[in-house]
Amino acid sequence: MAAHLKKRVYEEFSKVVQIPHEEAPSKKLRLSKPSKSAALHVDLCKASNSTDALQYLLQFARKPVEVESVEGVVRILLEHYYKETDNSVRLKIASLLGLLSKTQGFTPDCIVDDAINTLSNEKSHQVLAQLLDTLLVIGSQLPDTPTIRLRLIHVACKHLSDTYFGVRNKCLQLLGCLGTLETVVNRDGPAPGPSQGGARDVQSIISDYFGDQDPRVRTAALKAMLQLHERGMKIHQVIYEQACRLLSDDYEQVRSAAVQMVWVLSLLYPESIVPIPSSNEEIRLVDDAFGKISHMVSDGSWMVRVQAAKTLGSMLQVSPHFLVQTLDKKLMSDLRRKRTAHERAKELFTSGEFSSGRKWADDAPKEKLDRNTVNLIASGACGAFVHGLEDEMFEVRIAAVEALCQLARSSPSFAEKCLDFLVDMFNDEIEEVRLQSIHVLREISTHITLREDQLDTVLAVLEDSSRDIREALHELLCYTNVSTKECIQLALLELLKNLNKYPTDRNSVWKCLKFLGSRHPTLVLPLVPELLSTHPYFDTPEPDMDDPAYIAVLVLVFNAAKSCPTMPALFSDHTFRHYAYLRDSLSHLVPPLRLPGRKQVFGLDSVDSGSGSASVESAQLFLQQSLHRVSTIQNLEAPEARELLNFTIRDLQRLGELQTELAGAADFCATFLRCQLLLMKALQEKLWNVAVPLCLKQNVTATAAAQQILEETYKLEFLYSGLESRQVATIHHVRLQAKALQLILYARSRQGLDPLISCCEKFLQDVESFQRLFLSELPHLQDSFMDRVCELLPRLTSCKPVEMVKILQSTLRQSGLLQLSLPEQIHRATATIIEPTGESDNPLRFTSGLVVALDIDATLEHVNDPQNTVKVQVLYPDGQSHVIHPKPGDFRKPGPHRHRLITQVYLSHTAWTEPSQVEVRLLLAYSSSSSSSSSRLGWSDGADGVIPPSEATVEGTIPFSKPVKVYIMPKPARR
Amino acid sequence: MPEIKVTPLGAGQDVGRSCILVSIGGKNIMLDCGMHMGYNDDRRFPDFSYITQNGRLTDFLDCVIISHFHLDHCGALPYMSEMVGYDGPIYMTHPTKAICPILLEDFRKITVDKKGETNFFTSQMIKDCMKKVVPLNLHQTVQVDDELELKAYYAGHVLGAAMVLIKVGSESVVYTGDYNMTPDRHLGAAWIDKCRPDILISESTYATTIRDSKRCRERDFLKKVHESIERGGKVLIPVFALGRAQELCILLETFWERMNLKAPIYFSTGLTEKANHYYKLFITWTNQKIRKTFVQRNMFEFKHIKAFDRSYADNPGPMVVFATPGMLHAGQSLQIFKKWAGNEKNMVIMPGYCVQGTIGHKILNGQRKLEMEGRSTLDVKLQVEYMSFSAHADAKGIMQLIRMAEPRNMLLVHGEALKMEFLKGKIEQEFNIDCYMPANGETITVSTNPSVPVDISLNLLKREMALGGPLPDPKKPRTMHGTLIMKENVSLVSSEQALKELGLNEHQLRFTCRVQLQDPHSDLDTLHRIYTHLKSLLKGYTIQHVPDGTVMVESIVIKVSSSAEDPNNKVLLLSWSYQVEYSIITTIIPAMLNYLMSSPT
Repeated sequence: MAAHLKKRVYEEFSKVVQIPHEEAPSKKLRLSKPSKSAALHVDLCKASNSTDALQYLLQFARKPVEVESVEGVVRILLEHYYKETDNSVRLKIASLLGLLSKTQGFTPDCIVDDAINTLSNEKSHQVLAQLLDTLLVIGSQLPDTPTIRLRLIHVACKHLSDTYFGVRNKCLQLLGCLGTLETVVNRDGPAPGPSQGGARDVQSIISDYFGDQDPRVRTAALKAMLQLHERGMKIHQVIYEQACRLLSDDYEQVRSAAVQMVWVLSLLYPESIVPIPSSNEEIRLVDDAFGKISHMVSDGSWMVRVQAAKTLGSMLQVSPHFLVQTLDKKLMSDLRRKRTAHERAKELFTSGEFSSGRKWADDAPKEKLDRNTVNLIASGACGAFVHGLEDEMFEVRIAAVEALCQLARSSPSFAEKCLDFLVDMFNDEIEEVRLQSIHVLREISTHITLREDQLDTVLAVLEDSSRDIREALHELLCYTNVSTKECIQLALLELLKNLNKYPTDRNSVWKCLKFLGSRHPTLVLPLVPELLSTHPYFDTPEPDMDDPAYIAVLVLVFNAAKSCPTMPALFSDHTFRHYAYLRDSLSHLVPPLRLPGRKQVFGLDSVDSGSGSASVESAQLFLQQSLHRVSTIQNLEAPEARELLNFTIRDLQRLGELQTELAGAADFCATFLRCQLLLMKALQEKLWNVAVPLCLKQNVTATAAAQQILEETYKLEFLYSGLESRQVATIHHVRLQAKALQLILYARSRQGLDPLISCCEKFLQDVESFQRLFLSELPHLQDSFMDRVCELLPRLTSCKPVEMVKILQSTLRQSGLLQLSLPEQIHRATATIIEPTGESDNPLRFTSGLVVALDIDATLEHVNDPQNTVKVQVLYPDGQSHVIHPKPGDFRKPGPHRHRLITQVYLSHTAWTEPSQVEVRLLLAYSSSSSSSSSRLGWSDGADGVIPPSEATVEGTIPFSKPVKVYIMPKPARR
Repeated sequence: MPEIKVTPLGAGQDVGRSCILVSIGGKNIMLDCGMHMGYNDDRRFPDFSYITQNGRLTDFLDCVIISHFHLDHCGALPYMSEMVGYDGPIYMTHPTKAICPILLEDFRKITVDKKGETNFFTSQMIKDCMKKVVPLNLHQTVQVDDELELKAYYAGHVLGAAMVLIKVGSESVVYTGDYNMTPDRHLGAAWIDKCRPDILISESTYATTIRDSKRCRERDFLKKVHESIERGGKVLIPVFALGRAQELCILLETFWERMNLKAPIYFSTGLTEKANHYYKLFITWTNQKIRKTFVQRNMFEFKHIKAFDRSYADNPGPMVVFATPGMLHAGQSLQIFKKWAGNEKNMVIMPGYCVQGTIGHKILNGQRKLEMEGRSTLDVKLQVEYMSFSAHADAKGIMQLIRMAEPRNMLLVHGEALKMEFLKGKIEQEFNIDCYMPANGETITVSTNPSVPVDISLNLLKREMALGGPLPDPKKPRTMHGTLIMKENVSLVSSEQALKELGLNEHQLRFTCRVQLQDPHSDLDTLHRIYTHLKSLLKGYTIQHVPDGTVMVESIVIKVSSSAEDPNNKVLLLSWSYQVEYSIITTIIPAMLNYLMSSPT
């Protein structure tokens, strides 16, 4: 760095003449314009040879150019371009032209002519290609000028016959990016320029190059066509045939692009009819395309295979029998038909003798096949997925699994068919593939019911050593339908085995059994005596209540009992006791039950278990009413009002605890009201009428209140998701009030005028930015503090600080309570640390100065973009705190609005004499400027383009999980 | 017409003893040099006397290529090179070169030490033979000599198996060896580019089979093993030491780990350890998964699989034993089989193809009483299972390879005749190419149509370009004038240059034609009339009236002269060079005559 700086310094010394120009503190940007271009001009003239010139240009390119001087620079460059004989310098100039025309705020229409002119004399193909690239940039900067576009298109057409592939590529790219519907070209008729393309439409010109001799040009042509499609042009069906032919091209990139092309056409014209070659039949285009793309799944290049497999998934309009074909593979052995293992398994299952031992040679080939009917070349879609799922590259397999998922979701019958294949994928050798197929099966599981043998295969995966796999599988089992009670038993058995082997899976297994039970009450019923090991005559010993396996069984049974009223009759006494215990300790897993003879105990439960939706509605109503009540408060001074607010806050908090659905909304309102209350209290103090020195104490409380309100508003803004701009405006409004309060307090406590002035200015800035941000919301803020401030704004800006403070003080005190309207859904971001549990008494010992890794497992709900916002904080007993950013890969997303953070944090400390506890908690980081994230200047590396922050960004963190204490013990290192 | 000749010495309509002779562009190449498992006499090795009765093979062969290390592809190699005599290069891939001598040594030990045969190759001969080997890398083009070049492609099947593209000029042959189009637990799938060879020589072991997905097969296999173990039975898996064995090991190893099984797995010792060592080394030749994970753990370092000792076979309790050889025709696998055959709890799983005549083949066909050496019989009570694990391409795979390579002709070897017949029909029907299936010793001749590269002189090319037309389109033929000179190499030059090089004068061939007619006008007048008429008639041609009394239409010269006696009797003289298109002449003459005849005098 230092060396670099030094070099810079010397550089500037060598150009003594220019320094005054460059370093002039240019308030007026106009001054810099001649200097920029002039400097360049001088440089270029000075350059004795092409290498020097190239060096100057490269240096020049590192710095951004102001919008005003771009045109001048372009002129200089062009002037030099014509003089230059060296290709590389011309190439660099051409590329610079492109970069320059990208400068924000510069409209390059003035340099189009010059750029086009340069083309005509250019001999070097490379430079020509670069110039066309520049034109492409210029063209895409000018989307609304058809004449220029037309000119550029004609230029492109003219150069299409170049012998260098790069030039043709760029021309095609230009046509793809700028070409418009053929009508435009045709209407303008015999356009200027000698191109033969004037009479033809862009599309047919591009399609001519599908047959180019260079594969790169063929690819570019296909890409240009796709570009046309992306820009909303309707591509003709004529191209379909050509695109299909390119599917068998020798080069992979061509085939890959062709697959996309065919796919696009199949989306555009799914229903048109195409003939099948070598027969008289005709089929729908989408079916034909599906067949052809399926064929590409066994292509020689894996890139093409991935492309093809991915594409298949989005062709939902294909006919069902084509879809089914993709899973079809006729087996034969020595020319005799053989059934697949899937077929055999199914047959065994339907014949009901699955578990009765194996039959001898059940895979023996059956009937003799007619030689002529065996079709070895898969025609059309035959077996595409069978191939894709067996592919060598896991990328292809994953793509195939994803495609299966998409297709299965839209077609239940297909879902049924692909089940076997997906289950097979659970044994894939690569974990990602296994995981993906488990996820996919979960997504389509609404359509299917697992057979026992399939379930068996599924459950075998529970022993997998990877936690992700097991948890995905638990998730899958939550959604699975099974057919028999044996299945339930099997699943329970395997889950208990799993629990035994991996005790950390406890929560996940319980949850899984909860859903399993509530989904299949009738299947669980016959198993109950066995599960609870009750006996008709004998009392059985009471199981250990702390045994996770027993809890698991109970969770299954209780959830099944919820919709099966006959079940409780089978329970023994201790079961009821255990129910009561579990209902309290694991209320999220154990549902409220109506138990005979126990009504009096569970009276409260049965009330709110009455019907979920009704209670939610009533709670909603209550919430609305409370808010309405609050909104009627007119006189903020009255102690009754305060009382009412206090009560409402209390009510809302309780409501949030009772109704988890409304917890977010209730909490939000409560916090908001607390802000109002604080504000009110601060304003109500008598201190406002007393001389300053007499009320220092009150001043302190008010300052604290203002500070607290500020913090609360940040929580309101960033901790809750689902806020609309109305609420955000309200929050900001409260924040402004708090700031006003701060200002007033500041003015009262300090004597100095200068700092006050700057504070006032800052406040005014805040007001302005509020107005700017929430212009549309202003009408809703009638009669509020802001409303009045806005009215008084002209006066505020012109008056003296002291006066301004006075005005503010009165407005603040006069302004009423702001109405809070609630959006549909508000969710509070929450985090729970599952691990470490904080219960361990054994300290984690490690040598001081070295690090120890602490496993953290937490679930996050309703957190947007956790990868950037969630941090882990470690608080040491000496007050030191560390904030750790987890890796993006540590976040998993098991469900909507839910994230799972599994990470390791590294702790380290100097030696302690006693073991002590550190606190670990999760923080939500926020930054108020995150919405208006700065966009970097166009093409510079941003080396010296420091952007002043548009408004003061406030960054901070909100703790949003309960802290967990971990016992650690750093020992002194032994020497 | 140049020809490519292919003669199988072994593996023609047969499995085992692969050995195919190819002569292409004047080069003779031997593809594979294997032995036959089913025979113990002279039929075990290919009949090298077909090549030469006496004398060394070196004079007749340009090179030998070994596709992979299975004995039916390389078993006869030391015999050929050291005992028959061959000193030329032998090409094989690096893994093959490493593993091949181990197998040959093992083979030698069994035949010489156990069976006591004499007149067999020695260890030293194997070593000498391996010294002649030139290693190949995948996709590396190796020049055998100036004209003959080889290129190896990945073939799956076993570690180091390769398909080879043999090329002389523009003629080419691809020999697949054994290959597998579906990847398995330790190897990837065969792959070849669109090389469009003249002949594709493909194996066809599973010509009439389409296999189930490998996942089902794997699951079936694991289930069978698991069930048998749970019953307390012993499972024998006869394997060839290399190839399937490693795949099944990986399969069982991961399964054991996942299911936490305790029953021991044994692997016959000795050569396996050495071989596993090579598997650990040649990670680049394995499949994606092993290549990606070997940094954490090399999949070939087994935790559950231990070395086998002969005494273990009598241990009580369940166990799984991998034993060689794979077809139960000799060695340890046969010994164990004899011990365990009597108990119906036990199981033997044949994971691959068994050649006719081996015990494996017999029991697979349901034979329950076996005649052993020494007239004793053996009751087979144990369960016999067959799992198609042998890594050959099935019918679909073969078709897929044909589609990838796009050959002009197809030749099937390494398969049974009846099955080949079926596949041959299918190939001819689907791809519309000729397909051959020669028997051993039968020669197939395929005539090729090689393109001969010609150097064209730059001047000529530029002149041709200047004549117009758009870009040269490689797909459309275009005619041009030039002279083909064949000296050391063939070149195309302009005729002028050719004349100069040859030191000859240019001769022009001109056709002339005289027409007599009656015309009262003077010579000059007639000529002028002809000129104006032609000018109006032939638009688009350059017509000149040259002052010396001729009219030129392009290069056709027209002159008028009158005989001395009768000035009205005019003679029209036309002369044109051979290049002029005939159609112009046929237009000009009648038109002119008609005009002159009909014109008023």
